[in-house]
Amino acid sequence: MTTVAPPRRDPAPAPTTGRKRATLLGRAPQDTPAGIGAYLFLSLTALFAAFPLYWMFVIATSTDEATAQLPPVVIPGDQFLVNLEEVFSLQDVYFAASLVNSVIVATVVTASVLFFCSLAGFAFAKLRFRGSRPLLLFVILTLTVPNQLGVVALYIVMGKLGWNGTLLAVIVPGMVTAFGVFYMRQFIVNSVPDELVESARVDGATTMRVYWSIVLPAVRPALAVLGLLTFVATWNDFQWPLITLNGTDYPTSMVAISDLASGNYVIYRRVLAGAFVATVPLLIMLVIGGRQIVRGIMEGAVKS
Amino acid sequence: MPTTRAAAEPTTRRPPPVRSRRMTWRDRLHRFDVRVVPYLLIAPFFLLFFVFGLFPMVFNAVVALRHWRLDDPELTGWAGFENFSRLFTDGDFGNALYNTFGIFLLSTVPQLLLALVIASMLNRRLRGQTWWRVSALLPYITPITASTLVFNVFFSRDLGMANWALGLVGIGTENPIDWRADKLHSWIAIATMVNWKWIGYNALLYLAAMQSIPRDVYEASALDGAGPWRQLWRITVPMIRPVVIFTVVLSTIGGLQLFTEPMLFDLNAQTARGGAGGEWQTVAQLIYKVGWKDLNLGYAAAMSWALFLIILVVAALNTLLTNRLSGGRK
Repeated sequence: MTTVAPPRRDPAPAPTTGRKRATLLGRAPQDTPAGIGAYLFLSLTALFAAFPLYWMFVIATSTDEATAQLPPVVIPGDQFLVNLEEVFSLQDVYFAASLVNSVIVATVVTASVLFFCSLAGFAFAKLRFRGSRPLLLFVILTLTVPNQLGVVALYIVMGKLGWNGTLLAVIVPGMVTAFGVFYMRQFIVNSVPDELVESARVDGATTMRVYWSIVLPAVRPALAVLGLLTFVATWNDFQWPLITLNGTDYPTSMVAISDLASGNYVIYRRVLAGAFVATVPLLIMLVIGGRQIVRGIMEGAVKS
Repeated sequence: MPTTRAAAEPTTRRPPPVRSRRMTWRDRLHRFDVRVVPYLLIAPFFLLFFVFGLFPMVFNAVVALRHWRLDDPELTGWAGFENFSRLFTDGDFGNALYNTFGIFLLSTVPQLLLALVIASMLNRRLRGQTWWRVSALLPYITPITASTLVFNVFFSRDLGMANWALGLVGIGTENPIDWRADKLHSWIAIATMVNWKWIGYNALLYLAAMQSIPRDVYEASALDGAGPWRQLWRITVPMIRPVVIFTVVLSTIGGLQLFTEPMLFDLNAQTARGGAGGEWQTVAQLIYKVGWKDLNLGYAAAMSWALFLIILVVAALNTLLTNRLSGGRK
């Protein structure tokens, strides 16, 4: 419909520029070098993404006077250890213990997710058994169920088990995830050749043997991705830990931070010193495993 | 096996039973390995899902139909649909629903549009490609509790950076905006937090989809003289429609269950009031308040079910709408 578009107002459409223009437009975006505008825009985006983290650090290192100025301070102060000491010495917050708890919860959940999800993913990808297709479909369907909506009943179930207020209540429900099973299954389908499994079978290898010596070595990259994503999600989980752990002696760090931010007078340099400490492990993970996290998210998108 | 034979040959008394028993043992092991082990491997998922996922969902319905209070264990028994019918006349629930949708709109639409633009920039040939992608994920890995508390300082009335920056351009110099005093401003503040958190993540989802568009689609489009901007809306977006719909569904499910941001935006976080007059109290927050502050689990369960149904309906509607807007037929 635009074949009879009015001529462009280019002053002198020399044949060379015209051809250049045509090839430029026909190029896929991936082959088009980013211009200054794109770099500027992306830099602003990155600044916007990083600024709250930077500012958290600024306030965490400042005095009350410094945070109560306009224009706001933008350079970190030297009070970080002072503020941190206040956080750690608060009576009912159990901040130090909460960090230990978060490490325990996130580590145990991650290890368990990697183990059980790779096992189940292997079964769905490479083993033949009756009902495997409908069962896999069931796993995928559970991905869409917002399980947060069962929290009331989950709390009652945990009460019957006597687990409310203990770390078991936050560890056990997260030990295998539908996403993990599905993600591992997809990876194993593509990365473990059927012939390899078959020939190991002919040599008399048991299922567990195949898992241990063929599947596990092949899925290490996927385990790294799934492990990072699971650790971040578990560490950051807030609603359920708040419901089951609040007011007990075993908060996770997220619950402890919300405790710091409650009460009639909240001191933000203190709150944010705590928040910063609880963010540092994740920043380290992003620095070490950023590439893997990016890949995990992007692969998940293509598959879904 | 040699050992079996060696043991069987000298004594002629009971070779067949020994041998056959050995065979059946190996056979059984093999059959167990082929028939049962696959189920054992997938059992942990199903076990945990039934106990901590499905059962609570179903049991939730039972709780919703009963009187169930944490402070009064004596008061039990069937409540019928009392908890559900109460929802229709409960002003708090209506208010929370209104807030939830308001924040949802203010956060989802800009979030996904900006993510599209950022993804199209990331989709160019870039120096330091990985670096840009990783930096887009900074908000994603940051705990929402931590980022919300930073934004709290940012949106404080007297000393907040938001008001200071607005003051520079002449807005609110006389009466600084009180971000916690009315619905619209508190919604904007919370929506800003949600947008900050999820723009980069969605941009990466879009980027992944954009990279799987075949190059010749763009080559063909050169004939139409499409510029980069039109290229994005006319070619790229329709081509990645499935992922766009996926992100709309994801942010519907997530946005309607918004909890952490409104909780911690309150200056006294654990009260779960969502502002002095419930200006920004969301449904998820109200469920928490009714269940664990007012200790009425039966009513909280009914609310959860209502929210679940609302999410289903809205997710379906949004899917249809997105399909239309992004150029789908049907």
